[in-house]
Amino acid sequence: MAQEIRLSKKDRIAIWWRSTFIQGSWNYERMQNGGWVYAMIPAIKKLYKTEEDRKAALQRHLEFFNTHPYIASPILGVTLALEEERANGAPVDDVAIQGVKVGMMGPLAGIGDPVFWFTLKPILGALAASLALTGNILGPIIYFVFWNLLRMGFMWYTQEFGYKAGSKITEDLSGGILQDVTKGASILGMFILGSLVNRWVSITFTPIVSSVKLSEGAFIDWANLPAGTEGIKTAFEQFAAGLALSDTKITTLQDNLDSLIPGLAPLLLTLLCMWLLKKKVSPIVIILGLFAIGVVFHLIGIM
Amino acid sequence: MDLNVIQIILVLVVAFLAGVEGILDEFHFHQPIIACTLIGLVTGQLVPCLILGGTLQLIALGWANIGAAVAPDAALASVASAIILVLSGQGEAGVASSIAIAVPLAIAGLLLTIFVRTIATGIVHIMDGAAKEGNFRKIELWQWIAICLQGLRIAIPAGLILMVDAGPVRTALEGMPVWLTDGLAIGGGMVVAVGYAMVINMMATKEVWPFFAIGFVLATISDITLMGLGAIGLSLALIYIALSKMGGSGTGGSNTGDPVGDIIDNY
Repeated sequence: MAQEIRLSKKDRIAIWWRSTFIQGSWNYERMQNGGWVYAMIPAIKKLYKTEEDRKAALQRHLEFFNTHPYIASPILGVTLALEEERANGAPVDDVAIQGVKVGMMGPLAGIGDPVFWFTLKPILGALAASLALTGNILGPIIYFVFWNLLRMGFMWYTQEFGYKAGSKITEDLSGGILQDVTKGASILGMFILGSLVNRWVSITFTPIVSSVKLSEGAFIDWANLPAGTEGIKTAFEQFAAGLALSDTKITTLQDNLDSLIPGLAPLLLTLLCMWLLKKKVSPIVIILGLFAIGVVFHLIGIM
Repeated sequence: MDLNVIQIILVLVVAFLAGVEGILDEFHFHQPIIACTLIGLVTGQLVPCLILGGTLQLIALGWANIGAAVAPDAALASVASAIILVLSGQGEAGVASSIAIAVPLAIAGLLLTIFVRTIATGIVHIMDGAAKEGNFRKIELWQWIAICLQGLRIAIPAGLILMVDAGPVRTALEGMPVWLTDGLAIGGGMVVAVGYAMVINMMATKEVWPFFAIGFVLATISDITLMGLGAIGLSLALIYIALSKMGGSGTGGSNTGDPVGDIIDNY
């Protein structure tokens, strides 16, 4: 190796700025992939000089990607380190890079959503809103300034952290560690995909399979509860003791499916999509078809 | 109240920014407290719009895009209700009725963003083509076109409201059938599977399928957060790699693929 190519701080700042637009071409097929490749472009230009290498790099960064938009930054950092090693001749293959991306995106999105969307935003929003309600212009200003300072700082420092940690992972060029990382990443990736299919694909069948009249004493007898707070207390006690809320037990098709295998329908749907994709059916056709199915099935009362 | 040409242009610029942010979720121009205030600023009705923004912000505190799900659209809700408030000329007295209009608008905005996100699917296919040609500028151009479409998603309805006035907007929104909005939301819950299917097709080998099964089963235990699942997955990966190495070094050079045979030979 004559001379190692390194990404300068200026490159990394350009990538940091571009990662602001990662959700710009968010789409139902590969989600943040367009924004991801847009952010990677300065690195690809710097690291790869031949036309072939550049085309290959652009194509591998157009693969599926989706996470919390700010959490993409540490993943970008690690990916930059991996690409840098690859450009300098290390045997980092496409599957390794994709595996690292997928393996990190799920668990890390699990940090981003609660921290930013459910903690910081409501707190800052509530503070700013209470100022705004009194006609105080400081409300929106505080919200805007603090939110963006926190966000931009977080994105820069975590990207740098990922970049440095990623370089360390790939420092050992004997290949042993890299192979382990590749295999480990695809194991983690598949594991997370399995759980995401179960958690994030939502299908609910609404048809009622059975509705059974419950016997006396198996449900809360609302009419004969003591009056006032005493009645509420009794109702809660009975509910906690396992009594049903009404005198008929309604079982939907979904309840039946859930008692068999929870998440069976999402799994089958995912397998069906995999099969259709292998049959070269366009993803756009599948997506439009699923929307149509959603509307039609809802109309005839299945979903 | 009538707006002059400069004010109309500025309102449209704010609407465009809010639309862009509705997808980016970065600078937060689409948050009611920012979007409504900016519209108030450019139309000279700062205080009523500021109060509207604060009120809407409290309603929208928990609205967030999680995973592939799309939250009710704060961008259209805040921009359109602020414009309607300004047009009505009622000042602070009009805040309540503007809010009543904002919530159905948030749902309408949700449908528009689903629509644009579906168009973006076509755009990334154009990017695929550009990647094959190694054309950086074309990818960048289409990224910006996609961003601008999201901006127009809010700017165009804002322009329409400025033209037709508030009354017809309200009627049109109430006319949108529930079965259509619900059905599309159900479809939105399913299309996520397409993305996962694509990644699985790329990563799956016989060796790693069992880990998919484990992840799938563990995810049914709702007490385990995604972070927890991540920790389990990472541990499994580390254990698997460590164990597969032990197997390799244990049998050493005389590995005939028959451990019992090896023991007998050595004995």
